[in-house]
Amino acid sequence: MTAAVAAFRAGNAPHILQVFEVGTATMMASKGAIVPVGKVMKDAGQKFDPKAYIPAVGGYYTAPSGEMLSMPFNSSTTVFYINKDAFKAAGIDTTKAPTSWPEVALAAAQLKASGHKCPLTIAWQGWTQLESFSAWHNVEFATKGNGLGGLDARMKVNSPLHVRHIGNLANMHQQGLFVYKGRANVPEATFISGECAMITTSAGFYGNVKKNAKFAWAIAPLPYYPDVPGAPQNTVIGGASLWVMAGKKPDEYKGVAKFFNYISSPEVQSASHKRTGYLPITTAAFQLTEKSGFYKANPGSDVAVNQMVRKVTDKSRGIRLGNYVQIRTIEDEELEGVWAGKKTAKEALDNIVTRGNELLARFEKANKK
Amino acid sequence: MEKRVFFRSSWLPWVLMAPQVAVIALFFFWPAAQALLQSVQQSDAFGTSVEWVGLENFRNLWNDQTYLASFYTTAIFSSLVAVLGIGISLLLAVFADRIVKGALAYKTLLIWPYAVAPAVAGVLWLFMFAPSVGVVAYWLGVMGMDWNHLLNSTHAMALVVMAAVWKQISYNFLFFLAGLQSIPKSLIEAAAIDGARPWRRFWTIVFPLLSPTTFFLLVINVVYAFFDTFAIIDAATQGGPGKDTAILVYKVYFDGFKAMDMGGSAAQSVVLMVIVVALTVVQFRYVEKKVNY
Repeated sequence: MTAAVAAFRAGNAPHILQVFEVGTATMMASKGAIVPVGKVMKDAGQKFDPKAYIPAVGGYYTAPSGEMLSMPFNSSTTVFYINKDAFKAAGIDTTKAPTSWPEVALAAAQLKASGHKCPLTIAWQGWTQLESFSAWHNVEFATKGNGLGGLDARMKVNSPLHVRHIGNLANMHQQGLFVYKGRANVPEATFISGECAMITTSAGFYGNVKKNAKFAWAIAPLPYYPDVPGAPQNTVIGGASLWVMAGKKPDEYKGVAKFFNYISSPEVQSASHKRTGYLPITTAAFQLTEKSGFYKANPGSDVAVNQMVRKVTDKSRGIRLGNYVQIRTIEDEELEGVWAGKKTAKEALDNIVTRGNELLARFEKANKK
Repeated sequence: MEKRVFFRSSWLPWVLMAPQVAVIALFFFWPAAQALLQSVQQSDAFGTSVEWVGLENFRNLWNDQTYLASFYTTAIFSSLVAVLGIGISLLLAVFADRIVKGALAYKTLLIWPYAVAPAVAGVLWLFMFAPSVGVVAYWLGVMGMDWNHLLNSTHAMALVVMAAVWKQISYNFLFFLAGLQSIPKSLIEAAAIDGARPWRRFWTIVFPLLSPTTFFLLVINVVYAFFDTFAIIDAATQGGPGKDTAILVYKVYFDGFKAMDMGGSAAQSVVLMVIVVALTVVQFRYVEKKVNY
């Protein structure tokens, strides 16, 4: 994205730009720099039906006006991976992965008792433990439908449920049941190597595990708290989408539209979904994959899809905030304070809210026109 | 008596200076002016809407507790890098200067790290100290020290300082070695004949004669620690744990290049520029008085 901004400022932008979900609000606010995908497809005379997309995916990239702004491409969500060999060694039943946080804590304790050094680790801590966690339990991450409803959204992550969850994780960290292995996807390597037995991370990690893990493993839905009403709801989207940049020739846009038509065809989407673990972004691709018998042959590969193809609520549709890159970093910084034992869960989450809100207020001001 | 050379022609000095002035104007004054301009504006990522906001970017900075805290972090980091970098390389240079056999090999090896890009240096050290897979982290574990720079701020600071110092030692080493070789042997021999031991010879003769070099390196190393180390930090710790290794220049880099907040980032770089200019002035006014040319 940085390179693309530089290219755009130099008048030499690419036609299509792949931007991760965290940059979505920034892209949407940059109205002069982009052309909505809906418009590109219409102008080129390509058939384009926004309803063909899985609602939680399509809705995320759609403006409040109902126009689809970017092309969903590699969409992922948060799931839970377990090392079945490690579970067996610790004498835990592997027919069913832990589904709730109390069960995860129990399994972690058993793993630790059997000598495992890292029962649980967490990748993308802000995304999996705050953002997706909120949608999964149908609680607000931020106001205004988590930012989808407007730029005046403000953070809400210091609710009692959030404090309880981060507090629980902090306890687990102190007891050595959860081991912090770094920001973003850095911890994923410790699952592949067998060092950590459980991890919460992106569904897009599937391809890597399938190729490189030298042990039996399984994918399960993200754990939740069974006593929370409405949980589990659905998890939020991650990954990236394709944006069309402004200022190109009409004929070139026709080419872009044709290309989009190709990559969103059920066959291409289904093949990519099977290979990488990213979501099949259209309902047709999902059905095609199902028909091919892939889910039956690869148990767990449908977990991510099932988490997403549910009826969404205003609290679970997705999270789209301005200055999101910095907010993610704030989440990392404050949570590290909790794992290091320097801050309580409440202090850290309060800080995330205060610091995040300052950034949101600034983004609102800079982009109100 | 001072000797001065005068040019009779009024235009010749300007012509001779022109290439250098052009380079400085293009690569320093122009970007600096751009930074000044952007620091009083707020714009979206692509620069399609630019708004004049006056000093608001600066006000936001002063209201940000974490920004103020990073001054402290920067002070610690820069002093450690400058002092350790200069100290260790001086030691190495003194030893390398005394070596008779294989001097060239030692010198080459010592200069090598300078060719390594900062980001690569950061990654190298990160690999050695990675808590679960790093060689050094493993040895430390065997010796009973639980190394974890992901959550332990002291460890994280030590890691980035080591990487930054390691990279800069070569540069310092070159200058110290050249400085040592330009000290007349006769002075040292005379002191030796008078009965001064190596330790005393070093502090009374070598060190004072090296002071111009040391002073130059002090200025260069402070500038290095302030400006050139963001890639090391980005590769090794990303400013973490928390914000405990997020020095000022790292935040400039992160806000500007990762988070696309051009106005805020420009304001920070202006602040940084002012600090470094002030530090350099202080060094030239006060520290330079102790230098013997």
